[in-house]
Amino acid sequence: MQQRSNKRTLATLVLVAFGMFGFGFAMVPLYDVFCEITGLNGKTGGRVAATEFNSEVDENRLITVQFDTAVDSGLPWDFEAEKLSMKVRPGELAEAYFTAKNQLSEPVVGHAVPSVAPSVASLYFAKTECFCFTQQTLAGNEEKEMPVRFMVSPDLPENVKVLTLSYRFYRSAGAEVAGAEDKSKDISEVSSDGTG
Amino acid sequence: MSVTATELDHHDDHDHKPSGFLDRWLFSTNHKDIGTLYLVFSLVMFLIGGSMAMIIRAELFQPGLQLVQPDFFNQMTTMHALVMIFGAVMPAFVGLANWMIPMMIGAPDMALPRMNNWSFWLLPFAFAMLLSTLFMDSGAPAAGWTLYPPLSLQGGNSFAFVIFAIHLMGISSIMGAINIIATILNMRAPGMNLLKMPLFVWTWLITAFLLIAVMPVLAGAVTMLLTDKFFATSFFNAAGGGDPVMFQHIFWFFGHPEVYIMILPAFGIVSEIIPTFARKPLFGYVSMVYATASIAFLSFIVWAHHMFTVGMPLGGELYFMYATMLIAVPTGVKVFNWVSTMWRGAMTFETPMLWALAFVILFTIGGFSGLMLAIVPADFQYHDTYFVVAHFHYVLVTGAIFAIIAGVYYWLPKWTGNMYNETWAKIHFWWSVISVNVLFFPQHFLGLAGMPRRIPDYSVQFTEFNQWSSIGGFAFGLAQVFFAIILIHACYYSKKKAAAQSWEGAKGLEWTIPSPAPHHTFSTPPKINKDQLAAGHLD
Ligand SMILES: [Cu+2]
Repeated sequence: MQQRSNKRTLATLVLVAFGMFGFGFAMVPLYDVFCEITGLNGKTGGRVAATEFNSEVDENRLITVQFDTAVDSGLPWDFEAEKLSMKVRPGELAEAYFTAKNQLSEPVVGHAVPSVAPSVASLYFAKTECFCFTQQTLAGNEEKEMPVRFMVSPDLPENVKVLTLSYRFYRSAGAEVAGAEDKSKDISEVSSDGTG
Repeated sequence: MSVTATELDHHDDHDHKPSGFLDRWLFSTNHKDIGTLYLVFSLVMFLIGGSMAMIIRAELFQPGLQLVQPDFFNQMTTMHALVMIFGAVMPAFVGLANWMIPMMIGAPDMALPRMNNWSFWLLPFAFAMLLSTLFMDSGAPAAGWTLYPPLSLQGGNSFAFVIFAIHLMGISSIMGAINIIATILNMRAPGMNLLKMPLFVWTWLITAFLLIAVMPVLAGAVTMLLTDKFFATSFFNAAGGGDPVMFQHIFWFFGHPEVYIMILPAFGIVSEIIPTFARKPLFGYVSMVYATASIAFLSFIVWAHHMFTVGMPLGGELYFMYATMLIAVPTGVKVFNWVSTMWRGAMTFETPMLWALAFVILFTIGGFSGLMLAIVPADFQYHDTYFVVAHFHYVLVTGAIFAIIAGVYYWLPKWTGNMYNETWAKIHFWWSVISVNVLFFPQHFLGLAGMPRRIPDYSVQFTEFNQWSSIGGFAFGLAQVFFAIILIHACYYSKKKAAAQSWEGAKGLEWTIPSPAPHHTFSTPPKINKDQLAAGHLD
């Protein structure tokens, strides 16, 4: 009887241990869902069609949008915002420009990962057009102007007056220059799609 | 859950100690021998991890770079933590559990003796792998024991050895924990109901559940690091759509309960020692059990207090701040109960009691600095400074390690049948308790003044406090070599024999069997006599 209850305890606890190992991995999708709902990690999501907006322009508020750029050490590019900040009204479609320059004399593929701070604002920030939706290929020494078209929702909480849109460019691992466009789909899939 | 007496000794194939060295130790299934193996292993790791600390303190004796390269310095801080946490503190507690739990609850052995053997023997392999990275081209891990990506993924391929070593340690702890739970739930002598168990057994029962809940999560987290580094996944790689901050959430979901894994058994040890030398029953036994359980529960919902500066919504910061501060309530109950146990007790101050008293005072200091760190706006200043280093060394060195040393002095007569040399032990105590404060107290000031942790160099104005700290460090390190000598002397050369009840006021089943404890004890379960139990005064 003793032996049997020991075996039962052993079996139960081994199951619990495996369950918790699984829970560790389950935290990955859970975290994504949680971030999508709360905006916790500042991810801004993929393309939003212009018709999905609440585009009632709020004439009473003016939001400062700052632009922040960074390039990963593995990517030999310069990347800058043309203007460091701009003022937009909630509900209004706005456009900003960035320039990237390839320092190498051969083509290089990169992709940009966007995020918004404060993180809660990412729920109210939508992009209709962005260079971050696809991989970007720059020919040797090419300089390219890249637009982003975005809107801040009129539902943005009152206390947010300044928000920062940040991009970090990474070298696209294993991407062939010719096939770069085909991979564009993958990128919008990896960033979560839940922006309002 | 009740136990029948006649079926207890199925596991024991022999009545005498196995004769050959390999048979005795490598193939051991005896809880006492395995407990000894754990404790010896832990002492060896304590000295190895301690030497790494000596290298750190030697480099920090002066500003500028003197002795080691910055990368090697970072390897030392990382390895010191991994070795001390997983190699010294945790195995020491498992060793004490192996030795004491069956004797405290009247069981003949652990519930699953062969698995017990396996859980121990994984450890030497795990640490051989971990320590071997010091000799590899790409060196030992150097990104801190928390292994935060992306930094931890930017080292060399020796990282794979670190991950597998952590996997082995995790499997070892989980099996150890399963064994302890099965022993406590199924193997108690008739009449030893749950609320009669000594508090050391209670704290270990709860700790074992914590281990089973969080060690697999750590295993999952490091597995994701492994696939991110070697198999092109992007769990934590922002370029591929992952999120490095997610690692910190997963890690600290393990990490915060882990700090209680390292302190709850210490609470148990101290709760055994103080009543013995105060010659009074433990004050508030049931509240101690509930306090331990609440601390364990709360430990799961406070993890992000390690991440206040990482970026979190205000609501999150407030929640984690208040939840963390809530832990001070059950912890305060414990400190109150220890003090009340001593109140008007007939106290004597033998060495185990001295260590336990130092534990109560110094651990409380560590608890207070923890409360300071829980305050979000203050944490923005303290984060990643020496204040944090001071805080967790007060709870882990003067907390966990002091309790382990107290427990070793307390139960050593039972294990070896010999008394240690009381004069030497008292010298060891005073030497340690003074030097440990010289070592860690100035680090509070260094941190408040802004000295960052994990950096081999510092601005000149920090020199004096660092020199105090280093001198204290060398003295404390040397004191532990003396401790090893005291232990060897007590085991092999001491002439002073210990009585079955080695301490006048000691209660509990372990003191009803001879010293040294015979190879097999309680092959027939004992009759529980209420007056013999530490917690027997209940009803
Ligand atoms: Cu914590």
